[in-house]
Amino acid sequence: MLIATSQSMHFAEPLVLTSGASIRAYDLCFETYGALNADRSNAVLVCHALNASHHVAGVYEGQTKSEGWWHSMIGPGKPLDTDRFFVIGINNLGSCFGSTGPMHANPERADGQVYGADFPVVTVEDWVKSQALLLDRLGIQSLAAVMGGSLGGMQALGWALQYPSRLRHAVVIASAPNLTAENIAFNEVARRAIVTDPDFHGGNFYQQGVVPKRGLRIARMIGHITYLSDDVMNEKFGRQLRNAATNRGVSAAQAAASVQAYQYTTQEVEFQIESYLRYQGDKFADYFDANTYLLITRALDYFDPARQHGGSLSKALAGTKAKFLLVSFATDWRFAPARSREIVKALLDNQREVTYAEIDAPHGHDAFLLDDARYHGLVRAYFNTIATEVGV
Amino acid sequence: MSDESLQDALAQLVPPGARVLDLGCGDGAMLAHLQATRGCSGYGVEIDDANVLACVKRGVNVIQLNLEEGLALFDDASFDVVLQIDTLQHLRNAEVMLRETVRVGRIGIVAFPNFAHWPNRLSVLRGRMPVTKRLPYQWYDTPNIRVGTHADLGELAQRAGLQVLDSFGVQDGLTVRFLPNWRAGTSVYQLAR
Repeated sequence: MLIATSQSMHFAEPLVLTSGASIRAYDLCFETYGALNADRSNAVLVCHALNASHHVAGVYEGQTKSEGWWHSMIGPGKPLDTDRFFVIGINNLGSCFGSTGPMHANPERADGQVYGADFPVVTVEDWVKSQALLLDRLGIQSLAAVMGGSLGGMQALGWALQYPSRLRHAVVIASAPNLTAENIAFNEVARRAIVTDPDFHGGNFYQQGVVPKRGLRIARMIGHITYLSDDVMNEKFGRQLRNAATNRGVSAAQAAASVQAYQYTTQEVEFQIESYLRYQGDKFADYFDANTYLLITRALDYFDPARQHGGSLSKALAGTKAKFLLVSFATDWRFAPARSREIVKALLDNQREVTYAEIDAPHGHDAFLLDDARYHGLVRAYFNTIATEVGV
Repeated sequence: MSDESLQDALAQLVPPGARVLDLGCGDGAMLAHLQATRGCSGYGVEIDDANVLACVKRGVNVIQLNLEEGLALFDDASFDVVLQIDTLQHLRNAEVMLRETVRVGRIGIVAFPNFAHWPNRLSVLRGRMPVTKRLPYQWYDTPNIRVGTHADLGELAQRAGLQVLDSFGVQDGLTVRFLPNWRAGTSVYQLAR
């Protein structure tokens, strides 16, 4: 069993952000797995998506159920094999899993109050920059690969753009070169749910001793719908009713046909899918921070490397040097295969080395976290070639 | 592509150092061969999961794509050579794919089984569809959606307004220039716009 240890690093120099604002001093939480080889060539950075953290793989000592969010992909003998690679997970700024975020004290304030709504807007580019600073301190100049799914894939792409000479490979999974209007729309609905929760207090709810849980629940429910495919939702839940036991007033005809009766309620849970979404919402609201949700969805919205290049992704990627593996999933409608193909096309236009696979998995966007044999086989084979390249 | 002697014969047609796009690249053997022996670079295009994996294992760049959806990912004249080896017989619209081949590549090299090869003719004369080393399938379970001849491909190229730079047959790894429509199991065309 791979044992994970969370570490933290303090940065005393201000980080100047894309927006022009800066964070005066900050901490980044990170974990590492495996061993850095003698010539420091086997390091792989794994970037996290919306609700994940630096706890990528393994479990914490004595907590058998504390697996990292990508433990099916990363660990000893896994597709990204920690017996060969030195894997690093970093919690992004603004998150709520240890790195400096809106729930921490704002050094700009004399009264020691937390940032709350004053935490500056951070972008994918800012995250990539802060990750690079942490790697500097670890003495890692060159990465064998940067890998991420979804928003993590955007960071991997960002690395290839911002630090083209510091990575050999970018592994970009279920990602996109920017968000579509529909994607921004989903994010906005989630943000409005949070911001309009009376417990949000304009983002300064910490001082009030409350948490805008209603908003967070709804934000998560919306998100969850977009991570699944219609097919999987139907297969898992269909029109199943939640509670067979509460069938009072079953008519004789229904009982005879053993048809479960509706409760004819507008506010109680009737269908299994409602129960599932409420459960997911409740779970999420218990651990996630409302301001972090706003910050991270905004980082998603703003990511658009083509923007500085007249909308041409091909021009944006002209400066990249890395080799790319891109993977998309056929039923992912949040970050559809066509979006990955846009990145592939821009790389082809620049004659970059690229491999692209489209996995016919039924699970929608969530598929990138699941262990489909074709998907994992491919990533394993790809990392095997990287291992050969860097001599591990 | 299965036959190694055919692979060698076709590899001779690819200029050293060429940027190559291999449409329907299978397990990537041809591209790996071109990379290792002729210093070529490029990509394979493949639809099958197992073949995509095989390419990655060989270290060959591969793009998973259904060729029936066209080659919109690839710019005009972005490759020196576009290979289409034993691919044409699987595609619904062969004419469109031939045009796309020479749009994307400066040269297109197309190879496919020649149905007019004499053993095939003999078999049909006997009243049976041929089952040979080159066409190893029974008529009822073949993955090929069409058969065609060396002469047919010439006519199609003309119809599509393509320039035939060269055409010949390949049999047992050897070039067949005399009566290829009779004497060769594989038909080869070098095409340009």
